[in-house]
Amino acid sequence: MRIRDAVHAFLGGRASEKRAKTEEPKAGGPEKDGAGSDCGRAFLVFEHTGEVMRAEQLLKRAGLSVAVKGPPPELRTGCDMVVEFPLVEELAAMKALSAGKVRPLSVVPVRGALLEPVSLFQIRDYGEWLMARAANMKITAEKKSGRIVNVSGGGCPDVPYLAASLVGKHLWGPDAAPEPRETGHTLCGYALQLAYEEVKRRLS
Amino acid sequence: MSAETSWLIAGTVPVPDFPLQDGAWRVDAQDPATLFSQGTAVPVFRGTAALLAAACLCCEVLGAPPPGAVLAGDTGRGRGSRAVYAHLTKTMQERAERGITFHYLMPDVRWHNRLLDAVRRRPVRPTLVADAGFMYAAKMSGFAAEYDLFTPDAGEMAFLADERAPHPFYTRGFLLHEDQRVPELIHAAYEGKNAAKHLLVKGETDFVVEQGAIAAEITTPMVPFLEPIGGTGDTVAGIASALLASGVPMVRACILAARVNRVMGALASPTPATQIADLLRHLPEAARLVLQERDASAALVR
Repeated sequence: MRIRDAVHAFLGGRASEKRAKTEEPKAGGPEKDGAGSDCGRAFLVFEHTGEVMRAEQLLKRAGLSVAVKGPPPELRTGCDMVVEFPLVEELAAMKALSAGKVRPLSVVPVRGALLEPVSLFQIRDYGEWLMARAANMKITAEKKSGRIVNVSGGGCPDVPYLAASLVGKHLWGPDAAPEPRETGHTLCGYALQLAYEEVKRRLS
Repeated sequence: MSAETSWLIAGTVPVPDFPLQDGAWRVDAQDPATLFSQGTAVPVFRGTAALLAAACLCCEVLGAPPPGAVLAGDTGRGRGSRAVYAHLTKTMQERAERGITFHYLMPDVRWHNRLLDAVRRRPVRPTLVADAGFMYAAKMSGFAAEYDLFTPDAGEMAFLADERAPHPFYTRGFLLHEDQRVPELIHAAYEGKNAAKHLLVKGETDFVVEQGAIAAEITTPMVPFLEPIGGTGDTVAGIASALLASGVPMVRACILAARVNRVMGALASPTPATQIADLLRHLPEAARLVLQERDASAALVR
């Protein structure tokens, strides 16, 4: 999905520039909403959700405290997310992203509440099989072998593609399935990554 | 597009570089693992291919013309979805189908709104069914009430009930036991104008909803292993589309679709490792059995 237009409108045109820029905070520092506590955080905007997944991985590896969140209403197109990080660590973040050849469209100080992703997992025990669910995505694996037997739920178009790459493969070993984040591009793909990690953690 | 088809299915298939196709598809009832169209084959794994295969099989039982489909390859970057959106927007005024089921398309509100605007300009408005990614876009657009049917599962029902969530991934209060909360979620979705005129909510209990009121609850046969099998929600939407295409009224079509899907599951005796094509083999028999049930809907309507 393309969010360049929305970013452009939100930032008054600056997002169209090739290099990411940090929007200057207003005099007196970032605004605080009623909930406060957003001071000092910023979010990175990317063109594709797949880039968000790769950026999160790169930034976590670099030791940054990051979180995937939903963008503010001005930036939403329907299937998107941003990476929230400590603004003070912008240089380290940009270095890590540059090394991984992932370029954000923009860096925006957090001025209001961002949407929180679903964080709880649901587990269903089917005897020989275990199903883990994160948000709207479910993955089921055979307990004994770790073989992924089914993927269900979701509505974004990478779900059938990811399911085809996962089903029949294993959570570990020489026939290990590729992690959903490697080929996923959407919020459903991201949710599937979370469910994959949870079922793997429980069966390993 | 064909004037012979009375229903259109719009979605994507997970095949890179699969070009946009607008036409009729067929599936072999004995081996429903593949869809065919003019020398092209698409595996029936889940998603729009599963919905389309179910609709084709059900139409055959009903003696109705098979649905047409606009499909393009999309592996998540949205290119195929945008091709489908653009093609439908461009051709909408010339189309003859009296109903459209929108399915696995990248949720994109701008494209959704362009397409809906084209639908509104048709002289006779088609019946509109939305599931999967397109349903997410329809809800986020604020025009959910313009649709005739949404087919969410219980988790997606929580998403429809949350007026702020742009995607199920951000649903607040998406906790546990949505199945037991479905009636209150239905109420909240209609309060927020985030529901279609009818809902078929898929879950341990299937709920059929008309303008906010629960018209029927379907609980039998109970097949516990259906939830992990990818594509079982898609087949419900496909069966409902086929029933609507053959002229069955909305509430009855939803009740019968839920029943056919459950009976199909029961006939297959699945495990969590069963694949959707193995269930589809039983769809024709399930459809015949359910359609023979005397007063099936009357017995179920509250």
